[in-house]
Amino acid sequence: MPLGHAGADACLGGGLKRAALHEVFAQPGHETAAAGFAAGLAARLAAGKNLLWIRQDYCALEFGELAATGLLELGLDPARVLLMRAAQAEDALRAALEALRCRALGAVAIELSGNPKCLDLTASRRLTLAAEENSVAALLLRFTARIEPGSAQTRWRVRAAPSPSQEENWGQPRVEAELTRNRQGATGCWVMEWSCDDGCFRECEPADRGAVVSAAGDGSPSAALEKDRNCVAA
Amino acid sequence: MIAGRSGNAQLVAALDRKASAFGLHVGQPLANARAMVPMLRVVAEDAPADAKLLERLADWCDRFTPFVSTDPPRGLLLDVSGVSHLFGGEKALLDRIRGELRRQDFAVRGAMASTALAARALARHRDGCVVAPGEESKAIAPLPIEALDLDEPTTHAFRRAGLKTIGQAAGRKRAELTARFGARLVYTIDTAFARADRPISPRRPLPDYCAERNFAEPIATEDVIRETLLSLAGALSELLEKRGEGARRLEAVFFRADGIVRRIAVEAGAALREPAAMVRLFKEKLAALADPLDPGFGFDLIRLCADRIGRAEALAQQFDSDAVRERELGFLVDRLAARFGKDRILAFRPRDTHIPEHAFALLPAQHAGAAEHSWKKLRGKGEAPRRPLRSFSRAEPLSLLRSVDGQYRIRWRNTQRLLTRIEGPERIALNWWRSGSSTSARDYYRAEDEDGRRLWLTRDPLSGQWAVQGVFA
Repeated sequence: MPLGHAGADACLGGGLKRAALHEVFAQPGHETAAAGFAAGLAARLAAGKNLLWIRQDYCALEFGELAATGLLELGLDPARVLLMRAAQAEDALRAALEALRCRALGAVAIELSGNPKCLDLTASRRLTLAAEENSVAALLLRFTARIEPGSAQTRWRVRAAPSPSQEENWGQPRVEAELTRNRQGATGCWVMEWSCDDGCFRECEPADRGAVVSAAGDGSPSAALEKDRNCVAA
Repeated sequence: MIAGRSGNAQLVAALDRKASAFGLHVGQPLANARAMVPMLRVVAEDAPADAKLLERLADWCDRFTPFVSTDPPRGLLLDVSGVSHLFGGEKALLDRIRGELRRQDFAVRGAMASTALAARALARHRDGCVVAPGEESKAIAPLPIEALDLDEPTTHAFRRAGLKTIGQAAGRKRAELTARFGARLVYTIDTAFARADRPISPRRPLPDYCAERNFAEPIATEDVIRETLLSLAGALSELLEKRGEGARRLEAVFFRADGIVRRIAVEAGAALREPAAMVRLFKEKLAALADPLDPGFGFDLIRLCADRIGRAEALAQQFDSDAVRERELGFLVDRLAARFGKDRILAFRPRDTHIPEHAFALLPAQHAGAAEHSWKKLRGKGEAPRRPLRSFSRAEPLSLLRSVDGQYRIRWRNTQRLLTRIEGPERIALNWWRSGSSTSARDYYRAEDEDGRRLWLTRDPLSGQWAVQGVFA
């Protein structure tokens, strides 16, 4: 399944394999960008079928709950997304194995925090096998985790990328995705843009960092701050 | 003998046969009883334990009929209409119930009649009798008036009037009885004589369908239990198929040989009829039980009940892939719900509100139903998302600082970040017309920091407090 980003697709030999396990590691502090990237991958891999998002309770507390409105704005159909709240990593993995056996699903995303003991090489292989057998994509989304050996087809390290600062309109969500493992070929690092309208990734020019723009106008934060100060003075 | 406390007095609550042979009676002050029989052994009454025991016995009696009702403090009413032939007739059924309870070391009295009241009166005074329909008046007429279980003053009044048996009391004119005791008593006598019927209410709702299997030799191994469930599910499925129906709730009842009854229920999102799917749900549920199913000395009866019946289309009619996929997905949701609890597998549904945090609901996927509203996209074509991918259930406070050179810095979760862009406000009026909300509106801002992370900030216009409401992808 092609991602839409030419460089990445060439490196992946045409695109991501659907019947496989893919791992997305979030760089510390960039959890939501990684979640967005994973949602994009899941949407591409699911190809119109339903998506099951399994998350640990801790992830929702620490990094926020998955929001239907956010998925909708990214171009995913919230009616096709099921959310499973797992108390522990064990539950999440068990549920994922069960779900990967259901061919009605297009993709299963599993969101885990840290390096749970139960997610060892065996567990990772089990996920891969289940994904291969039923051709349901498995996506492991890892927050604050060390990279450990696993049987994933591809492994990504993801951080947010700054949007082009000169634009008046805020650009599409951007991520810097580093392909650190690829069973089929080379690795690489790209800045990609998720096109919310087309539902695919696109190439984009990396923006220069550090450019600072302050919005002007009456409703701007500066005006608000000014007002606050006046209030305090009064 | 058992003594209980009523008000401030210690009274005799129950007697065994030997104690009653001494002429003691229930309701007597304990001191009197002790004076009459000095070697009396007294046990304190434990009403909650008695009630629990009665419930357990009622559970046990479920094996004879699903229609069991407790008659506290120590009675059970069983409606055996239509089931007695399964046990070889009414007399045989009654003897079997009495015999099996006696074998569990209970002192039992029992009788069978067309009305609950008549059966209860007979059980107390003519143990083991079965009264044919229409014979009630003859059977209960000679019983003492106490058998009707009337309140103390009424019984006393009858005795004073010289009416010692039910027959004598019922022989009076109805108008006289109504004038003296009220219409309620006449109704009670009518129900006792089967002239009026007062239905008994079962302890739990009766299942719509059920299938069961008895075992001469109690079974205990997992395989046999699963096989039994499968064959029972097959039987249920046949029943359901005849009417084109399916069940949304299934309950397996395991009757242990030593009298303990365990009920395990699973739910399905859509009406279910496939035996294999039913058994898979039970398998998940049994594997996830906090206290596993303990067969003890084995189960001698397993029953499978189907509830919440709904229409179910035959699978063969559904050749189009969408419907099959929906169904597969429904099964998966049911299995996950059986295993992890139904509030753990959720579906998003849109809500009709303009407040961003409440714009969608997370409902149990099994019961979410169809969406009442449609999803509304806020973003125009080519624009960036206007709502965050992840939102915090409670907005996290944040301080926003403006440095000398006109740049904004935020301090959130103990780190400082430089903002490269900030856009807003998007002012959203809150439900100020509802009491309890102090502020009338809130401002929302989109901000991006130096690393490209986009935040969804809120500001309360009154207090000026900034907070992080969510994070964009």
